[in-house]
Amino acid sequence: MTLKAVEINHLSIKFNEQLILNDINFSIEEKDFMAIIGPNGGGKTTLLKVILGILTPDEGKVKVFGKDPKKAKDLMGYLPQRLDFDHDFPINVFETVLMGRYHGLLKKYSNQDHKAVIQALKDVEMDELKDRQISKLSGGQMQRVFIARAIVRDPKLLIMDEPMASIDPEMQHSFYELMSRLKNKMAIVLVSHDVGAVSTHVDKIACLNQKLYYHGPVEDSAEGLEEVYHCPIELISHGIPHRVLKEH
Amino acid sequence: MLELFQYQFMQRALIAAVLVSISCGVVGSYVVIKKIVSLSGAISHAAFGGVGLGYFLGVNPVLAAIPFSIISAISIGGVKQITNISEDTAIGILWSVGMAIGVIFINLTPGYAPDLFSYLFGSILTVSNTDLYIMFVLDLVIIAIVFLFRREFLAVSFDEEFSNVVGLHALLVYMLLLSLVALSVVVLIKVVGVILLIALFTIPAAISKQYTYNLRNLMILATILAIILTSLGLILSFIFNLASGATIVMVLASAFLISYYIKG
Repeated sequence: MTLKAVEINHLSIKFNEQLILNDINFSIEEKDFMAIIGPNGGGKTTLLKVILGILTPDEGKVKVFGKDPKKAKDLMGYLPQRLDFDHDFPINVFETVLMGRYHGLLKKYSNQDHKAVIQALKDVEMDELKDRQISKLSGGQMQRVFIARAIVRDPKLLIMDEPMASIDPEMQHSFYELMSRLKNKMAIVLVSHDVGAVSTHVDKIACLNQKLYYHGPVEDSAEGLEEVYHCPIELISHGIPHRVLKEH
Repeated sequence: MLELFQYQFMQRALIAAVLVSISCGVVGSYVVIKKIVSLSGAISHAAFGGVGLGYFLGVNPVLAAIPFSIISAISIGGVKQITNISEDTAIGILWSVGMAIGVIFINLTPGYAPDLFSYLFGSILTVSNTDLYIMFVLDLVIIAIVFLFRREFLAVSFDEEFSNVVGLHALLVYMLLLSLVALSVVVLIKVVGVILLIALFTIPAAISKQYTYNLRNLMILATILAIILTSLGLILSFIFNLASGATIVMVLASAFLISYYIKG
């Protein structure tokens, strides 16, 4: 039996007495390419942060490759949702990616780290721009740099929060091309509030709105999403932030 | 003009200008790129509480300001993690409470506190040898910490959330960075005073940031610029018989306008 990339049992988490995730049970297999979809405020980012070990659940168990998430940091790569940092920040592409190889207090970056950075930049086809200051990049290039930062540790699990939010629709194609190359090497989980955009590319879908509504493979057809996913489709509004009440 | 430098107080003042510029260039670069200018303003005003405490206890006010400003720096850094008070609110509270504590301690101190004004607005011409030693040691401490933790400071300044993901304790590093700000405040307190010192943190680094995209170069450039501008301010204040701290700030501000005009 192979080790699951992520295994979650009876996970619940609260913020200020408000239940954000309620009794979540699901798993991600090695080499899965999964999208977690659901409305804004449905707990998607929270779930990612629990997997990443940034947040500790109130109830339930989370294992990443059989380990506690905090001890599995080396196995995970992360692309945050917000890439709108200070654009004048004095840092170039190479230094940005190098941060993904951070080893611990007072520990230097080695030659191996430098090689890994170049390799990660090659993987995302950004190695020629390694000395460029990050504000001089386009949105799509910038995202590639941050993907390189996420994969520079050679993770076994790549976690991406709303990767579509920071790129133009025209760049989606090259994004998925990149993903299809990466998915042979690692499990990939991405979060999106837009089911239409992701469903044709990913292999599996999890539908999340406080509870997990569906979790399984995507059918080839994008028609009849509601029946296929058993996921109330109106929950998944296209870019309109709204909160949906619990089902009665 | 040259006879200016024969005065001992002037020599000390110039050494002070250099020592101040080092901490401004190095720590000011972080203050500007991490966008913690108003937070640093709060720390500097809170340091005045330490000055008052120093008077009250009869110890060197500059030394008393060290623990005081470090504690305020750390508490302001931790406040949004531990409580649901926003950092902005905490800045406003600390800013005035620190000053109030300072004033009350000075009220409670028997006798007259003659150079209170110099801690508020600075008095580079009355810097003593002891002050210079304190500034020198603090500069060394600041440089050593920045050198040791440069990777951590860069990561946390750029992206705190990602730092946590790669196993860096972002909050602790952030608090250490704020403690550096606190130490720099202490270096600056005698020279420009708690009210004016934020200009020295901000302006040299802000000007230099327009010319480089490398953090180390930014620190070096900001330090050199700070040395030139504070010395110029010092000399002008002497020639025109103006308050030194205020003159330095006006020189810095003029330099900022000029560089903005050239660049923009």
